[in-house]
Amino acid sequence: MINLNVNQKTYQIDADLNMPLLWAIRDIIGLTGTKYGCGVAQCGACVVHLNGEAVRSCVTKLSRAAGQKIVTIEGLSENNNHPAQLAWNEENVPQCGYCHSGQIMSAAVLLRENPNPSDADIDSAMAGNICRCGTYLRIRKAIHLAAELQRKEAAGK
Amino acid sequence: MTRQTKSKRYLHSVKAFAVIGVLLSVIGVMAFALDNGKEKTVESESSLPAFKKDSITSVKAFKQVYTVLISPRCMNCHPSGNIPLQGDDSHLHEMSPQRGTDGKGVYAMKCSNCHQPTNTPGLHTPPGNPNWHLPPADMKMVFQGRTPSQLAKQLIDPKQNGHKDMKKLIEHADDGLVLAGWNPGEGRTLPPMSHAEFKKAWITWLTTGAYAPKGK
Repeated sequence: MINLNVNQKTYQIDADLNMPLLWAIRDIIGLTGTKYGCGVAQCGACVVHLNGEAVRSCVTKLSRAAGQKIVTIEGLSENNNHPAQLAWNEENVPQCGYCHSGQIMSAAVLLRENPNPSDADIDSAMAGNICRCGTYLRIRKAIHLAAELQRKEAAGK
Repeated sequence: MTRQTKSKRYLHSVKAFAVIGVLLSVIGVMAFALDNGKEKTVESESSLPAFKKDSITSVKAFKQVYTVLISPRCMNCHPSGNIPLQGDDSHLHEMSPQRGTDGKGVYAMKCSNCHQPTNTPGLHTPPGNPNWHLPPADMKMVFQGRTPSQLAKQLIDPKQNGHKDMKKLIEHADDGLVLAGWNPGEGRTLPPMSHAEFKKAWITWLTTGAYAPKGK
């Protein structure tokens, strides 16, 4: 049995240590917000947080994830109110939506490490998340808005 | 002759013998040191291989070393810019991951987000190592575009080689990331010689004086 801590809940799952984390999250635990895109760490649709880092769950084995702190899109905020989620909603960013849980999880790491990212910072951080619908300009706009919301939230505390 | 004069003469004789004795000892020590000097041209610690300067052997060994260092498996992570290289043609890494301050990437694009502790199965999937990284921003240790002469000089300069002395340079042949070059994952060519041959050439180059080939 493997202990997986996902979104602050501990799951005991019976799986091979070589199983990709994405399989366990979607097919065993049943959290389907994280998407399968390419399976070889090329597209970013499967990004989750592993100890706060935006790992690609399609190539991350359970042996690496066991006992670590994993956060998926479902656990990013309590009420879908992470600044990135609010900004995504405000700017109507998604088109088909398939890649956007991964996009938001990557953006959340950027916003945590850089509260006021420039366009170049956004490009550096988000270059590994592909959007077939081409929503890149809205993604960039939403990240700027999310940064603003985050700063306001921090100032209000 | 007074008793005082006799005593003075006796003291002079003792001094003369003492001086001759010291001189003989110094000559003996120097002869021993010079004899040793024939065998060891560079100060070496007991744990290090024997050192013997030989510029011809050294340059010959470095020419072998250079073919490995400039091969994609080594050079791809020693780029001249801040984006690693990828593939046997050493193109810029897809997705343009950045070096970052510590060489481990930036934000959501850190090396270990895709590069796992071990190679991912499958053709051209991300190769893995627990310590996957580029050299840090304050010491980029560039291989790409360096001539043999430039690279040889850079490799033995502690201000450009990650503060490595001779002992650390020799040990570096068995570094985990260096060894990873010979376990690159499916679809990637190996360096042009075995790790054992590379290590032999590397140590030969270093222990024969670490001479740089002539030229720019």
